Amino acid sequence: MAVEILKEKCIGCGQCFKSCPYDAFEFEPYAGNKLGKVAKINSKCSSCNQCLTACKFGAIKEKQQEAATDLSAYKHIWVFAEQRQGKIQNVALELIGEGKRLAKDISEETQICAVLMGNNIEHLAQECFEYGAEKVYLVQDPLLENYTTDGYTKVMKQLIDEYKPEIVLYGATHIGRDFAPRIAARCNTGLTADCTHLDVKVSKYIEFAKANTTLDTSTLDPNDPSTGIKQTRPAFGGNLMATIVCPKTRPQMSTVRPGVMQKQERVAGATGEIVNVKPEIAAEDIRIEIKDIVKSMKEMVSLTDAKIICSGGRGLGDASGFELIKQFADKVGGVVGSSRAAVDAGWIDHSHQVGQTGTTVKPEIYFACGISGAIQHLAGMQTSNCIVAINKDPDAPIMEIADYAIVGDLYKVIPEIIAEWDNAEALYDASTK
Amino acid sequence: MAFKIIVCAKQVPDTNVIKINPATGTLIRDGVPSILNHDDNNALEEALKIKDKYEDVTVTVVSMGPPQAADMLFECIAKGADEGILVSDRAVGGSDTWATSNTLEAAIRKWEKLNGPADLIFAGRQAIDGDTAQVGPQIAEKLDLPQVTYVEEFEISDDLKEITVKRQLEDGYELIGIKTPCMLTAIKELNEPRYMSMAGIFGKKDIKVWNAADIEVDLNKVGLLASPTNVYRSFTPAPKAPGQKVAGDTENEQAKNLLVQLKGKHII
Repeated sequence: MAVEILKEKCIGCGQCFKSCPYDAFEFEPYAGNKLGKVAKINSKCSSCNQCLTACKFGAIKEKQQEAATDLSAYKHIWVFAEQRQGKIQNVALELIGEGKRLAKDISEETQICAVLMGNNIEHLAQECFEYGAEKVYLVQDPLLENYTTDGYTKVMKQLIDEYKPEIVLYGATHIGRDFAPRIAARCNTGLTADCTHLDVKVSKYIEFAKANTTLDTSTLDPNDPSTGIKQTRPAFGGNLMATIVCPKTRPQMSTVRPGVMQKQERVAGATGEIVNVKPEIAAEDIRIEIKDIVKSMKEMVSLTDAKIICSGGRGLGDASGFELIKQFADKVGGVVGSSRAAVDAGWIDHSHQVGQTGTTVKPEIYFACGISGAIQHLAGMQTSNCIVAINKDPDAPIMEIADYAIVGDLYKVIPEIIAEWDNAEALYDASTK
Repeated sequence: MAFKIIVCAKQVPDTNVIKINPATGTLIRDGVPSILNHDDNNALEEALKIKDKYEDVTVTVVSMGPPQAADMLFECIAKGADEGILVSDRAVGGSDTWATSNTLEAAIRKWEKLNGPADLIFAGRQAIDGDTAQVGPQIAEKLDLPQVTYVEEFEISDDLKEITVKRQLEDGYELIGIKTPCMLTAIKELNEPRYMSMAGIFGKKDIKVWNAADIEVDLNKVGLLASPTNVYRSFTPAPKAPGQKVAGDTENEQAKNLLVQLKGKHII
């Protein structure tokens, strides 16, 4: 466990028990206080640190872990600039923007670098510079034309061993989530998946926590000079948020969800340093054969760019409910989304799923229709500008976070919204008279 | 010689059912069922399909977890797996994905010592409680096996040596050829998992529980202290300021009132 009980300070009151989401506290006999018992942490503890502020008597203390090796040789922040068929993925540009912010928080000298792997992709280095990269490691070889786990991992390990980055960020794409764990295992370092917020300075983390979370920050010191990365992600199906650190090993690595971080403004003509690296790779290193890469013919669901999203959930009752959601979306110029429950039930394709395991969205309006609001869903849409929930159950969690909650049968309410949609202006004018 | 398949599976709380106690901000875990992780169920199903089709195929399910995770192995065997191995030891508790993959690697190596090398390893892409998708690739790395993740279609040649899979991408798929032995991680689109059979439920259950000593794992590579990542802080997401209930005696009134509000705030 990451916390310990200071027996001489514990008075055996048990107030800490209720702070634990995992029921990990119990009593053990102790002769040194009036009640004759102290709190003890059992094996259910998952080291979530939620109890740190639970004891008024200062009997719960965080255990510090020391790094076994010298970490100071590792410097600068890298972004894996994922490209497919010569096109840089948006999330890589977002990460260059975010990585630059983090780099400058560490120190003025800390650089933001992009790692570009592929074949005939020199021109993409310019794009990295224009979005904020200061240095590009360019690795080109016909064997790197398309992503393969074996080929890319071998080259990335070579780069990390040679240039020793402090932090490496990857987009949490289907490729990034295949690639990053493999490298982390090969480097024997930590990796945190699907992060939604990153900080390096404790003071900035405290600001973030105060503005956005319920976290009691009193045990954190804003003057703490450490700059280890603090990676916040949904955990436990999004029911908890956890901030993860990687104190003992380098590089520190994270995958970050697409659509969460901000690109910086593109600066046309920006330049930087290109480091050409010759990959140590041979054809026999790659143990798979890519026979074909097929772009899906199915309609692309662009949830991330949608201004309006109409989402359906379990409350639709069956798959045919999505016909109404589609009509609704067509009327309001929106895109169809769904909860995981509806996808799991087989009512709609996964590409429509909003939430922690689906797409993260922030549209102008999010209509949640028959969605109860499991936190894993909320994690993917709660930053929407305006949330409208339509649900039979007035106590559903979605109703608490909705800006506008309509209690009612969605099969009756939605047709009325569709019917009145074009009259909105007139209705508003009438209401102000 | 038998074609030996290992399926890595995890027992997870059904996160769709978990709620937060708004007063204390803690998870309400009472009455939350523990289930076989969804993607792992698809991984198992694909292994069982090979067993259905070809002679002399064995399917072994390997898991790490508390003693009650044996219930999940019971379910896997009742669906048709031959045996279940549960690695359960306090020494491996609190492991992050790196330490978990060390444990499962050791368990698989131990199993191979007793039974000969595995020909194919399946895992689910990710578990619904952690959603990391890291353990499958990390086991593959430690066993030095090639991997394909996000497998949505699977085909194997009749000599059981050549595999062709479709690997899902955000905007399509890759068609990939790979030879056994290898690690594949399954997603929901791969198949429709079967139910337990009567014969399976009442049949013999070969479930072995191994501890850290049994799998001969280096104790410096497992558990909380060995894990490179640690939780710094954790918290429940902040509640948003409550919104308003849209008034109206009829659905039409509700719809009109909503539109007036949205228009008034320049949202539409």
